[in-house]
Amino acid sequence: MVEGWAAAMPANAWNWIAVWRRNYLAWKKIAIAAILGNLADPLIYLFALGFGLGIMVGPVDGASYIAFLAAGMVAASAMTSATFETIYAAFGRMHSQRSWEAILCTQLTLGDIILGELAWAATKAFLAGTAIMIVASILGYTAWPSALYALPVVVLTGFAFASLAMVVMALAPSYDYFIFYQTLVLTPMLFLGGAVFPVSHLPSAFQQVGRFLPLAHAVDLLRPALLGRPGESVGLHIGALCIYTVLPFFLSAALLRRRLMP
Amino acid sequence: MSNIAIDLTGVSKSYDDKVVVDGLSFTVAAGECFGLLGPNGAGKSTITRMVLGMAPPDAGKITVLGMPVPARARLARGRIGVVPQFDNLEHAFTVRENLLVFGRYFGMSRSEIEAAIPPLLEFARLESKADARVNTLSGGMKRRLTLARALINDPQLLVLDEPTTGLDPHARHLIWERLRLLLARGKTIILTTHFMEEAERLCDRLCVLDGGRIIAEGRPHALIEEQIGCPVLEIYGGNPRELRALINPYAERIEMSGETVFCYASDPEQVRVQLRGRADLRVLQRPPNLEDVFLRLTGRDMEN
Repeated sequence: MVEGWAAAMPANAWNWIAVWRRNYLAWKKIAIAAILGNLADPLIYLFALGFGLGIMVGPVDGASYIAFLAAGMVAASAMTSATFETIYAAFGRMHSQRSWEAILCTQLTLGDIILGELAWAATKAFLAGTAIMIVASILGYTAWPSALYALPVVVLTGFAFASLAMVVMALAPSYDYFIFYQTLVLTPMLFLGGAVFPVSHLPSAFQQVGRFLPLAHAVDLLRPALLGRPGESVGLHIGALCIYTVLPFFLSAALLRRRLMP
Repeated sequence: MSNIAIDLTGVSKSYDDKVVVDGLSFTVAAGECFGLLGPNGAGKSTITRMVLGMAPPDAGKITVLGMPVPARARLARGRIGVVPQFDNLEHAFTVRENLLVFGRYFGMSRSEIEAAIPPLLEFARLESKADARVNTLSGGMKRRLTLARALINDPQLLVLDEPTTGLDPHARHLIWERLRLLLARGKTIILTTHFMEEAERLCDRLCVLDGGRIIAEGRPHALIEEQIGCPVLEIYGGNPRELRALINPYAERIEMSGETVFCYASDPEQVRVQLRGRADLRVLQRPPNLEDVFLRLTGRDMEN
């Protein structure tokens, strides 16, 4: 089915931009509410845990707990905003709003749509992640200018989680199924991925699992950057996030082709 | 470029072992309006999806605007405009934004799109609604916007899936009038419908589908003449069996559908004489139409 694959792959390197711009136009109309909504949750966690828990736990890995937590919250907010943009908003555009159906009647392919949606979700992740970084920086919890290295990592993290969520979305018959992904995958990842506390305190079995999680790779890249420390195994972590982006992209394209173009 | 817009040869499609389209062949000439007429489930929408390259056929060959489909469907779609069965406009966007966003999907530049928008708004009679949100429009306006959107890439071929379903008669007539204008401008149209009137008014040729097969094909009036060829009396009320016995000698053919008796008689006056004085009956005499053709060929009416 070479022909079928052509329909599921991007037709060229720029078609996806039209999909991104469609989402940007829709977002612009509700931008203020969207930004506040995106920011509130991770900022509440940052301050509640950072100050509340920070008093009890003292310094972690040689940094104040809130500075340690800041990188985790940047990664976690990139994870959740990219995921939610995909499983709720993009799913709606595919399923009930029928936007994808309209686009499939044009010169865009299914692959162009998927790529445009991933790029848009990564954009949302970037907005959410950088907003928290800015707040944390203003309060003096991040190191400059090394924090700038975090920006591309946030984008890559957004791509990886959007791509994974695209597979979940491709398989889900309705919105009701997404709660399983949230509670059984994302929430444990928040803790096993080292976003909230150092995984070195966990039993070794959990540490082994945690090592493979995409959030762990994101945190391991973001934390040194935000704390102004040299990164370790940078190539490995970037490579892992790239694999988490590319493989699910192909899988979701195959699944969505079966679903939408039977 | 040949003057054949669409060519299907021996096309079949099954879903889960259910045959939806069964060895279908037809040709649509450039500049004509071709109708796919049939009840729900006849395979009409599947055929339009296959023509657009959105569903690969299991067997057979499809050529659209000279290009093999689905292999080169993306290129073919660049010269096709689509009005889908279900509204998929961007409801949070304005009329103008809908056209702008859609033009980008065809790789058009902003200046190209902005040049195309005013004539499209005029065509769709939406000039005064350019900056209104779609969710404030009436059903007829939305459908006209969908039609305008389908024209953004100046297509040669329009694929219309049930273009007036769900519209009130006034809105429907306005769409028909716009479609005739497009035909006069030389566009080719393939449309699916289960409205006989729509098919009769718009289509140069049509095929009647049932269970994924063509059961009749031709020009609407030729089909009606060939299959029916005489006036029709619709008789409501009374006992259908008893009525049938009463009028049978004076009718060429009698069909029954629900509580209605359809009597095909070249001399309807003779039938009316038999029914004179029956206050329980309502008798309507009319010319034959495609509904009668479908009823004759399948024994069922289109709505069932």
